[in-house]
Amino acid sequence: MGNRYQPFDSGSTLGGCSCGRHADQAAHSAATAGAAHDAHDGGSADREAAWCDAVEAAAVRALFPRNAMRRAFIRAVGKSTAIAAVYSVLPIASLQQAFAETKATQLEKRDLNVGFLPITCATPLIAAEPLGFYKEEGLNVTLNKVGGWALVRDRMLNRELDASHMLAPMPLAISLGVGSQPTPTRVATIQNVNGQAIVLALKHKDNRDPRNWKGFRFAIPFDYSMHSFLLRYYLAEHGIDPDRDVQLRVTPPAEMIANLRAGNIDGFLGPDPFNQRAVFDEVGFIHILSKDIWAGHPCCSFSVPDAFVRQNPNAFAALLRANLRAAAYASDVAHRAELSKMIAAPAYLNQPELVIRQVLTGTYADGIGHVHRVADRIDFQPLPWYSMATWMMTQMKRWGYLKGGIDYRSLAQQVFLLTDAENAMKQIGETPPDLAGNGGYQPITVMGRAFDASRPDAYLNGFAIKRA
Amino acid sequence: MTAIRRFTLRSKAALCSLALLALLLVIWQAATLPKTPVATAPTTASKATSAEAAEAAEYAVLMGKAPDPAANGAAVDSVKVTGFPSPAEFAHEAARQLAHPFHDNGPNDKGVGIQLGYSLVRVAAGYAIALLVAVPLGFVIGMSRLAFLAFNPFIQVLKPISPLAWMPIALYTIKSSSASAVFVIFICSVWPMLVNTAFGVAGVRRDWLNVARTLEVAPLRSALLVVLPAAAPTIVTGMRISMGIAWLVIVAAEMLVGGTGIGYFLWNEWNNLSLANVLFSVLLIGLVGMTLDLLFAQLQRKVTYVD
Repeated sequence: MGNRYQPFDSGSTLGGCSCGRHADQAAHSAATAGAAHDAHDGGSADREAAWCDAVEAAAVRALFPRNAMRRAFIRAVGKSTAIAAVYSVLPIASLQQAFAETKATQLEKRDLNVGFLPITCATPLIAAEPLGFYKEEGLNVTLNKVGGWALVRDRMLNRELDASHMLAPMPLAISLGVGSQPTPTRVATIQNVNGQAIVLALKHKDNRDPRNWKGFRFAIPFDYSMHSFLLRYYLAEHGIDPDRDVQLRVTPPAEMIANLRAGNIDGFLGPDPFNQRAVFDEVGFIHILSKDIWAGHPCCSFSVPDAFVRQNPNAFAALLRANLRAAAYASDVAHRAELSKMIAAPAYLNQPELVIRQVLTGTYADGIGHVHRVADRIDFQPLPWYSMATWMMTQMKRWGYLKGGIDYRSLAQQVFLLTDAENAMKQIGETPPDLAGNGGYQPITVMGRAFDASRPDAYLNGFAIKRA
Repeated sequence: MTAIRRFTLRSKAALCSLALLALLLVIWQAATLPKTPVATAPTTASKATSAEAAEAAEYAVLMGKAPDPAANGAAVDSVKVTGFPSPAEFAHEAARQLAHPFHDNGPNDKGVGIQLGYSLVRVAAGYAIALLVAVPLGFVIGMSRLAFLAFNPFIQVLKPISPLAWMPIALYTIKSSSASAVFVIFICSVWPMLVNTAFGVAGVRRDWLNVARTLEVAPLRSALLVVLPAAAPTIVTGMRISMGIAWLVIVAAEMLVGGTGIGYFLWNEWNNLSLANVLFSVLLIGLVGMTLDLLFAQLQRKVTYVD
């Protein structure tokens, strides 16, 4: 056993990096970058031990701020005497117990209701249940399959759901009062990036130039969705006005496929696995993956009402950590085949496992005879960058959902809880990418056009087709 | 002698029903016969390179047309069904559901038996509330012309509103999805009972009311002992219609509200585009509805009288 920080070892160094085991932060990053992703610790018992070690090491460090002095002391009196001396001066055992007690009573609410829709975007949220991540954080989470996005919104506003899977723009819309009562809602993590596609009916196999798509009827799952924004952007870039030249209908995903089969729509931009399901059922083909419109675009989010965050900060932090663990697990391509079996179950997605496997592993049939291998067809990068929020707001303004002056910066920082997510990632031992680099504004390029988040209105005015 | 004639009539009717069912099954089978396979592989020439052949083979596996080597012999799901299922595929799915009707794998995956139970409980709750409101109110409306004229506009406006329209209103104001479902059942099934009760009460024979008045019977006793039995057949007819509507509404309500119930089960299977399971749910809904109606038919026989 022994304390992992080795405070009573005459050769150790205390302090330096965030986990305490390396000389400095750089060495820590180098070491953890090489470690495997499934270095999630062995559960709460392990974490208890870690906290006890940390308390002891911190106490010793407080007594001996400089390593040289501490080492000299240990060498002078010997390890066991040093331990006895330190323990006689500081009440380390009571500190550890106090810590353990506060940890155990920390969670304000253990039984949580979390909603989800049966699409692959919700993989981290769903997988955290069979993988045991919720239980490890001491939470008793009940996953509720919800019938549609409007219901998710209503049930969260009713406080029936403590947290939910939502489309990434929905918390922005709800907080601003667009399409519902204004209620502050927050994005805790981005559930997935990429993971959508434009699917067309098989009869349009030879009509793949979007410039010829005047008069087409498309289906989208919801107005305030990345699906809607990306489809509109794609059409507008090819000179088609999405409100005047084509019809956009809001349709649930299963009905998108039924309508495609019946010929009521010409295509849709939908969530996976329904794109792959359309191919599997031989009613459509994949025209373009959404990652080819914007590589790394956010799709769905894990959202909470602001009231929940304020009233239950520790339960929220535990939920966040469980989700981030699941996202880290899911982003490892080695786990994708296993995950597809897990989430194909009737309690979760209720889809054929082969369809989900094609989405998660990125080796898929496109519906017109070819097999593609695209490793990041869907990926799970959980950080909610402010630049994503800003882009979404410019698009909402572009299409007339938002009117008037918008304070992009403050809204993005209010709704997207980037710092919470970064802190939670550090807590679970993951390294958040680019901590201090760009202040939360990652660069974005959509269809070759760069987005400068510091000048959103200029970006907006640069579009030929808009309603603003 | 009439008993024998009734028996022969019944057996004739049974034979006709069976013949109709057989005809429907034959049409169904004929309509869903597998079509002659169209050549899907574009490589018709013998110049197909090994790379193209490998791609075509992998493509076939990914489209569910060839057995999946990674499935480790899980042959059950390799039967790919798209479009309308044939009777055999339907029977296969139905057998699978009926094999474990009471399984419970957590909140989102329960057996059909359990889901039906949830639905019946919701229907019972909504229906009971509707009964408690409709019968007394119907009495009042039936006995008083003033009450009838006062309430009639409201009844006529609210009666034709569909449950799907009530759902968002209920969800927004009541804020609890299970209470909203019960409210929607109540608000949709109350009208037939209300109207029929009013009609039955208004149509009680004058003579009987006059006799009761001559005997100086108190109004409440008169209502319970004279009017109620006289109007009972009409009231029970109203109850029967209302039950049918309540059962119809619960499916719609549960598809929206989700979580448990036969409506949710149907929606979950629809989400998987498993039409065989959807048809199975529909059949179950119909059978349960028929059973409920039979129960009310029994009740009706008990209160019918020859005038």
